Amino acid sequence: MAAVRKALSLSNKIWNGRFLHPAKPLGTGLSHREKGSYTGQIIPPPAKYGGRHTVTLIPGDGIGPELLNHVRELFRFSCVPVDFEVVNVNSGLDSEDDINNAITAIRRNGVALKGNIETKHSMPPSHKSRNNLLRTSLDLYANVMHCRSLPGVQTRHKNIDIIIIRENTEGEYSSLEHESVSGVVESLKIITRLNSLRIADYAFQLAREKGRKRVTAVHKANIMKLGDGLFLQCCKEVASGYPDITYDSMIVDNTTMQLVSKPQQFDVMLMPNLYGNVVSNVCAGLVGGPGLVPGANYGHNYAVFETATRNTGKSIADRNIANPTAMILAGCLMLDHLKLHEYADMIRSAVLTTMNETRMQTIDIGALNTEQKPDCPVEDLSNVEFALLHAHAYLHSVQLLLHVVCPPIPETAGVNTSARVSWLSVCRCPVSHT
Amino acid sequence: MAAALRRSLVTVAKGLNGPWLHHLRSRPLSVGACLRAPEAPPARADSTFKVTMVPGDGVGPELMTAVKDVFKAGDVPVEFEEFHLSEVQNMASEEKLEEVLTSMKTNRVAMKGKIHTPMEYKGELASYEMRLRRKLDLFANVVHVNSLPGYSTRHNNLDLVIIREQTEGEYSSLEHESVTGVIECLKIITREKSRRIAKFAFDYATKKGRSKVTAVHKANIMKLGDGLFLQCCKEVAELYPKIKYENIIIDNCCMQLVQNPYQFDVLVMPNLYGNIIDNLAAGLVGGAGVVPGESYSAEYAVFETGARHPFAQAVGRNIANPTAMLLSAANMLKHLNLEYHSHMVNDAVKRVIKQGKVRTRDLGGYCTTGDFVRAVIDSLRPVY
Repeated sequence: MAAVRKALSLSNKIWNGRFLHPAKPLGTGLSHREKGSYTGQIIPPPAKYGGRHTVTLIPGDGIGPELLNHVRELFRFSCVPVDFEVVNVNSGLDSEDDINNAITAIRRNGVALKGNIETKHSMPPSHKSRNNLLRTSLDLYANVMHCRSLPGVQTRHKNIDIIIIRENTEGEYSSLEHESVSGVVESLKIITRLNSLRIADYAFQLAREKGRKRVTAVHKANIMKLGDGLFLQCCKEVASGYPDITYDSMIVDNTTMQLVSKPQQFDVMLMPNLYGNVVSNVCAGLVGGPGLVPGANYGHNYAVFETATRNTGKSIADRNIANPTAMILAGCLMLDHLKLHEYADMIRSAVLTTMNETRMQTIDIGALNTEQKPDCPVEDLSNVEFALLHAHAYLHSVQLLLHVVCPPIPETAGVNTSARVSWLSVCRCPVSHT
Repeated sequence: MAAALRRSLVTVAKGLNGPWLHHLRSRPLSVGACLRAPEAPPARADSTFKVTMVPGDGVGPELMTAVKDVFKAGDVPVEFEEFHLSEVQNMASEEKLEEVLTSMKTNRVAMKGKIHTPMEYKGELASYEMRLRRKLDLFANVVHVNSLPGYSTRHNNLDLVIIREQTEGEYSSLEHESVTGVIECLKIITREKSRRIAKFAFDYATKKGRSKVTAVHKANIMKLGDGLFLQCCKEVAELYPKIKYENIIIDNCCMQLVQNPYQFDVLVMPNLYGNIIDNLAAGLVGGAGVVPGESYSAEYAVFETGARHPFAQAVGRNIANPTAMLLSAANMLKHLNLEYHSHMVNDAVKRVIKQGKVRTRDLGGYCTTGDFVRAVIDSLRPVY
């Protein structure tokens, strides 16, 4: 996070720097003034006026729009000083106008919250993944996710607390593929020294800031001796600058095995693009699934927040069953990035209390929990100590808790509690598992 | 919700069937109800918002009283911290200014009347109004000129936004007598501030769903100064491909505004031009008493009237029109996320004007400020 802030201040320097050194004497006239295009060269300050921020909102496909509606509703309810500029990206179109619009919108607002944009495999090969295009054009090089066990979610492993940092712009995702001889396709995986050093430095700085003890680089340098070898070497170089943090490395296949057998051994994990994709999905699964873990993509100038595993979730779209936790927590990460820490903490604690203490959970988590009690009939959940909720009901219970965590007005405290109790009883409803 | 509950209880206790109670009853309280279209619960309002208030000179204090009366009647969860800062009444000092600034640092939002500046020179070039503006870095002034339905003027259905840079340009307070009898006033245009205001204008247009931004300038005479402003606007426009960008010379702009104001959407301009156009446009829809305005920096927002005049000749005569300040207060509530209350105040004022029974003198009526405020309070919660 420090790196991001540093980067942000750096961007301000760039912006201010231009002003401080116009480098043209006043008398020379307009004709000599540089006529550079504004886009791309200079980073404009983010759209923040009167303490209110404007944030780009990309609904995406599948469950994206409904999740982001939940976030907007919750933000409105909590009086968060953030306005959203909604930019729709149509994944069915061939032209890249939509995504370019979205990228320009992020350039002017600085921050975005997004759902995943579907990449159809049936599209022609020239059709690049919109998500990838967005990340590479804005140079969002660091993908960060924090996987932590939640006490209210029953999983096979307890006490997991792993930060995963993934290089987000190169490696296997370079979109460089060609058929050199008929029947032979080459996909280029690009590893550069610059980007590897950059991500490694980001990881170690984050580790130090969060008080972590160990950074593990994940690689496959036994097979890709040059590519992953370079990555590993860069990590090692950076690690020498952080003597307070232990550095080790692990091969990716072994890593996945270790993760599912003894995940508690990991602290901070650092890896190139594709391994990051795989490992982050494994970790999200370990703590309860795709609906729980938020993710963030940071660059020097911009930040984009989404769910960690970037699922489109088409199969459960529009059924009011998608778990909004991950997206709401991503919204909280965004609020932290905007330095609205109070709002972030308020919403985060309301969500976690809903999950952990009142045991009001959406169906994906509830199903995990019912597995532990095979003798409990699914139709009769009245004696189960948690309630299964549809997404809207879940959201309402979060909203209710927002008042409990806020300093209550003394005379209403009684009303609040009784309302909550009646609310709890109303929300307990049997839901059939389909 | 806690506040809504509390209020509804109060309402029940009073034996009234207010709109809040109705609202509460209609809230979904079961999962079955939730599955239907989700109804928006009222915004969280169980904490009160603190707002700094600087009533200023002239009718400012009267207008602020009007706002406070309406807020009290509407049960709006806003508390004001008042600071009387006035140059003409010898109530201005550095300490007072500091107090206002400290209060702004925590509250971030303020309502302000005009702090009158005497014309004569007493050794200080910058007025308190300007100093406050600079200290808070309130660089952008927004005046949304909107015809009031029910009050007809020469141009009806007018809807345009004037955005003015208000920290540099002619208002730099840099004047000197280089040779006896020759005064130089410096007009400062910087790239940083020009870009900032241009981006503000385009961001505002994006947020409010507007389609065109017009930069107003005099670059045919001030080729370097206004030329730089114009160039910055053009550069920023590249970031907003969906918004049309045009420019117009200030003198022509004034003529077009009185002839055919409908051609404009959002106007962005340097300081002095903005001052003139603000007043001109306010005149188009009914004068200084009806047009709200607001000033922004990155951190702070100040809500005031669109055309800033103290209107000192009306002090104590109970004839000032509080419409502008009330609409501005409604805008402030919106800024604080209190949308329900914002609509309530805004609709009440618009309703009174539309009915046309209660009008102050400037709109051709015979009623007093007090009458108008009472009428607004009466229509806060209409009986449907």
